[in-house]
Amino acid sequence: MLKFRLEERTKSPYWLIILSPFIAILVAIILAGILIVLAGANPFESYYQLIIGAFGSKNSFAETLARATPIILTGLAASIAFKAKFWNIGAEGQLYFGALATTFFGTGLIVLPSTLMIPFLFVMGALAGGLLLLPLVLLKLYYKVDEVVTTLLLNFVVVLLVSYLLEGPWKDPMSLGWPQGKSVIDEGVLPQVLSKTRLHLGFIISVFLAFSVWFILSKTVIGYRIKSVGLNASAASHAGVPIFKTVLIVAILSGGMAGMAGVTETAGLKGYLTLDLSPGFGYAGIAVAMLANLNPIGVIFSGIFLASIYVGADAMSRAMNVPTYLADVIVALTVLCILLSLVFVHYRVLFFGAKKDD
Amino acid sequence: MIEFIEIIFTAGFWAATIRIACPLILATIGEVLCERAGVLNLGIEGIMSIGAMVGWMTVYLGADLYTGILAALVIGGIFGLLHAVFTVYLGASQHVTGIGITMLASSLGFFCFKLILPASTTPPKIKPFQPIDIPFLSELPFLGPAFFQHTPFTYLAILVVVFAFWLMNSTPLGLSIKMAGENPMALEAQGIDVFLVRTIAVVLGSALMAVGGAYLTLSAFDAFYFGMINGRGWIAIALVIFASWKPERALIGALLFAGLDAYQVRAQQLAGAIIPYQFFLMLPFLLSIVAMVIAAKRTRYPKALLIPFRRGERH
Repeated sequence: MLKFRLEERTKSPYWLIILSPFIAILVAIILAGILIVLAGANPFESYYQLIIGAFGSKNSFAETLARATPIILTGLAASIAFKAKFWNIGAEGQLYFGALATTFFGTGLIVLPSTLMIPFLFVMGALAGGLLLLPLVLLKLYYKVDEVVTTLLLNFVVVLLVSYLLEGPWKDPMSLGWPQGKSVIDEGVLPQVLSKTRLHLGFIISVFLAFSVWFILSKTVIGYRIKSVGLNASAASHAGVPIFKTVLIVAILSGGMAGMAGVTETAGLKGYLTLDLSPGFGYAGIAVAMLANLNPIGVIFSGIFLASIYVGADAMSRAMNVPTYLADVIVALTVLCILLSLVFVHYRVLFFGAKKDD
Repeated sequence: MIEFIEIIFTAGFWAATIRIACPLILATIGEVLCERAGVLNLGIEGIMSIGAMVGWMTVYLGADLYTGILAALVIGGIFGLLHAVFTVYLGASQHVTGIGITMLASSLGFFCFKLILPASTTPPKIKPFQPIDIPFLSELPFLGPAFFQHTPFTYLAILVVVFAFWLMNSTPLGLSIKMAGENPMALEAQGIDVFLVRTIAVVLGSALMAVGGAYLTLSAFDAFYFGMINGRGWIAIALVIFASWKPERALIGALLFAGLDAYQVRAQQLAGAIIPYQFFLMLPFLLSIVAMVIAAKRTRYPKALLIPFRRGERH
């Protein structure tokens, strides 16, 4: 049996920190390439098709950015929460709650001019997402009920609630039997930012929010508290950081980001709520956050990267006859490779009997 | 109203309870083994999914049902080993590794399913395990059809509980697993390899999760669907906490939970016109959350759960 131990690096080399996510992605792509070979296709041609499908034309590039919009937001949701070691895996449910709020307020209940209506919907979506997470945070803080399990379980409850509303009281009578919500009123619809594409204002808002989260985390007292709670909660508590308040803020920020992903999808991409609004954007956010090493600015790029995999895989699947599930495999492999790379960034591997070289 | 009480006096209700409980029992025991050794395994949902797929596919491609169980056992063990390499040997985040394993196992399972059966609009079926009548006992009124006319896979699942109880309480390995989750330093001081003990527990536990998934495709149903696990893995994680990390309590917890689930299906048929079916389907998930809140007061996590053990970091 190979004997080794991990020794914490006092200082990780800078090149290693910069290069590690790229190496992780490369390894994930090579491993997924083996699956393409198994599927009987040429991996180089398949990846070429994937890149063309994601970035090959104005339309496909716009589609990639449109797809990146909710993933960036759920990625921010995961980044904020994971920074404080609060394991919110419920972004999927919070996204749908944001979408429910958009449908509730945005389909005629309140009519405001566009410049007020759009911010109003985002605020309501964020509140809804935060509100869904709030009871689970309180259960965690008061009763120590593990948030991983409760946030995961609540995802299923919310999807069933959406299913009930869309088949029952909220069903659009104009939709001819298809379960979907009423259309968001014109004042609330996010305008196109690139003509004749599906790219909408939501993308710009998500980028703006990424910068805002970066600002909060790195330039404010709240951000400092969030990070200190994540690094060592008991030390932070002794140092006078209000743990309760901090975790509450984390949860509301995190749930709020995911809730706004529901707004961009309902008021931006589709214009109405459907049961297949999110094909797992909430879970993709975890991958995005990990890939960006929980850095909010990094989330923009890792979100676009993941979106390109999803969008490109559809094109690749059509051209090469490789199942689209390859995209999910690539994303999963990326998460695991990132974890692996983080270990090597922070630790050096010492084999028993090996000489230390420093 | 009397119909709602009559439900629990039908043999069908009890038989369904056992059927629903089996995959949960196997998965919960699997998670108990991992967590008792100090490793949270959030790969459970994905491992159950790929276990269901591999078990079913093995039989679909011509092998017999027991080989199907074996195949699920092996694939579960492989993903368990992957989880152990990351969390035990490399000390990576157990939360993120688990989510990553769930994503990988389920997407890989779906990918392979689509690869082997590209264009199947209606899912193909296999001949699953058939119920066997236990001599004499199965002829008892009520008790017979409720408890003694199940498939061999069902009895196997009950045997797993007995095995796990024996393993945890009467074997040196069980003691080592418990120590690895409570005080790994003391275990290492006795000259026992903590890494190895934790790895054994995670591999064994993950194998059981996969078999729990295979129960769905080889015994409860006869086909594989996408998303057929539908949160059962996460429910099992809640059950572990409810069961205070004890195999015998996991059995009781799973049966209790399955009983409520079986009841709601039947109550739904009676009240379906009044209460929408979605609310019945929410019950298992809401109940799991409630169960965790109830258990929270007396919850005592294994002390070393989530804490990676590192040699040479002895304090």
